[in-house]
Amino acid sequence: MKLLVTFSRKKMREPIIARVVKETGVLVCIDRAQIDSAAGEVLIDVPDKEATYISERMRAMGAQVRILENAIIRDENECVDCGACISICPREVFTFDEEWKLQVSEERCVLCRRCVLACPHHALSQQE
Amino acid sequence: MEKSIHSINEKIRDGSVHVITADRMPAIVQELGEEGALREVDVVTTGTFGAMCSSGAFFNFGHSDPPLKMEHLWLNDVEAYGGIAAVDAYLGATEQSTTRGESYGGAHVLEDFVSGGSVELRAISRGTDCYPRRNITTDLHLEDLNQAVMVNPRNAYQRYNAATNTTDRTLFTYMGMLLPGCGNLTYSGAGALAPLPNDPNLRTIGSGIPIFLGGAKGMVIGEGTQHSPATGFATLMVTGDLKQMSPDFLRAATMYGYGATLYVGVGAAIPILDVDMVRSTAITDDQITVSVIDYGIPQRDRPALRSVTYADLKSGKVELRGEEVRTSPLSSYRKALQVATTLKTWVEKGEFTIALPTRHLDRTMRSRPLRETKRTPRVREIMDRQVVSVTEDELIRTAAEKLLKGETNHIPVLDRVGKLVGIVTTYDVSKAVLRPEKGGLVRDIMTRRVIRTTPEETVDIAAQKLEKNNISALPVVDSEDHVIGMLTAIDLGKLFGGRWQS
Repeated sequence: MKLLVTFSRKKMREPIIARVVKETGVLVCIDRAQIDSAAGEVLIDVPDKEATYISERMRAMGAQVRILENAIIRDENECVDCGACISICPREVFTFDEEWKLQVSEERCVLCRRCVLACPHHALSQQE
Repeated sequence: MEKSIHSINEKIRDGSVHVITADRMPAIVQELGEEGALREVDVVTTGTFGAMCSSGAFFNFGHSDPPLKMEHLWLNDVEAYGGIAAVDAYLGATEQSTTRGESYGGAHVLEDFVSGGSVELRAISRGTDCYPRRNITTDLHLEDLNQAVMVNPRNAYQRYNAATNTTDRTLFTYMGMLLPGCGNLTYSGAGALAPLPNDPNLRTIGSGIPIFLGGAKGMVIGEGTQHSPATGFATLMVTGDLKQMSPDFLRAATMYGYGATLYVGVGAAIPILDVDMVRSTAITDDQITVSVIDYGIPQRDRPALRSVTYADLKSGKVELRGEEVRTSPLSSYRKALQVATTLKTWVEKGEFTIALPTRHLDRTMRSRPLRETKRTPRVREIMDRQVVSVTEDELIRTAAEKLLKGETNHIPVLDRVGKLVGIVTTYDVSKAVLRPEKGGLVRDIMTRRVIRTTPEETVDIAAQKLEKNNISALPVVDSEDHVIGMLTAIDLGKLFGGRWQS
């Protein structure tokens, strides 16, 4: 399960991810991280059964945590199943089925936004 | 055995015609043999659905009261060409909106019209005795126009070269997003399902034949622009009534960084007259070869990295420079199948009969590049040949002295054999003074990834490099990486000062 962790670095300069991993012993995979002097946004992948526990621990340390669902929204009216998104996606979110219809495995998405730019039909958007 | 176009049309009229989509033909020939397939199949329908930039429509708006000669006009702020009589205009698909940038263009106006939307027409004129009015603004629906005739100068390419990018930055092209280091590959076209590959000798596809265009019945006008059958890149010029078209088969698109384009569905119904037509419609994707072109080279004749077939491209992965690279179609094969299937249904229901060309398309043409009568300035002609350089193992202080003495802000850094290995700017030297801990030699502070140019590169491309990378000087290197000059923003100024003579 993917968790989007956001935190302010003004209030807190704690190494929260490292600390939570150490405390809980749960190995998290960092899919994407954007951290500057003011704030951080980190996308982590955790085992489903540990997601609640990890979220609670992180919240206790002052971070905001939410489960990332439907990361990529595909507008079926706009999509023409061209497949321009397929080869630019770093996580192979997009594939064709046997009838050349585009399939979206949004659970693999790491919010890089490449497909949002690349879609010729503006059919893809990212949940904010 | 041979079949006549009349006998096929008879069967269409009495409902006994046997139509298949082109993707099924190879299996039928395999099963029944060529003669068997000829007896069995009367019509093969083809289809393609992809970005076709060379598309647009003629409009006749009708006259206002008092009347106005629309000399300059805009539809939803997209300019249309008004230099044809008073209220006729042509709107091209790639024309960009003056207010909404590349996300809205002529293609979007066409889609808005076809979807039943309202489009604002704005037109101006200087006013004449016969057309006294000077401006007009009005909201129009497609049904309000006298005519809306799609005329696409170049559609339905026989095949199209695939695209990749060997440079180290992402390119945004009309072939879509191309990731650095051959990170992906894009291609266009429906391969063996598309109209022209099924009739490469142009026997049945030619002027005057009815076709599927944008969901309506259209017609082939003749050879498309850049028609190049001699090199395997035939194209079609097509027309159809926009009022009959459907947004299912006409879609506006934006290629990020390139601009607007129109996705058009085009299909032809090919009569199976003889064994030759059986053979040509039995074509498969592995028989259609294209080159993989490096769009990282900013030249017209871009190098080909290898050739591939549509079967390779459609497999989703292609090997490039020893690595597996994922492919993206830009056309929709699913929609192309829908085009071919819809056309099949039309023929089966007797709504679409076949005609042979009233005039055959040229089979020998070869597209040529532009004849350029004015020389494009090259870097060699304006570069500064006085090169002040340092070597990587010299002291930063030496670089500072040379910068001052040479009255320049950039010094190329050479290795022991004189090859370019870095660049040092006054900024780097200033930083080194404040942070001496990084080391005292030029190699400790130089930028190693040097954006460079060559003497034969055109000045436009060099200027684009400066702008894209936000830098103000480029070392000019020969084929052995020896620095033979420097090109700075000041040198570019020479072009405007008249010192460069054409």
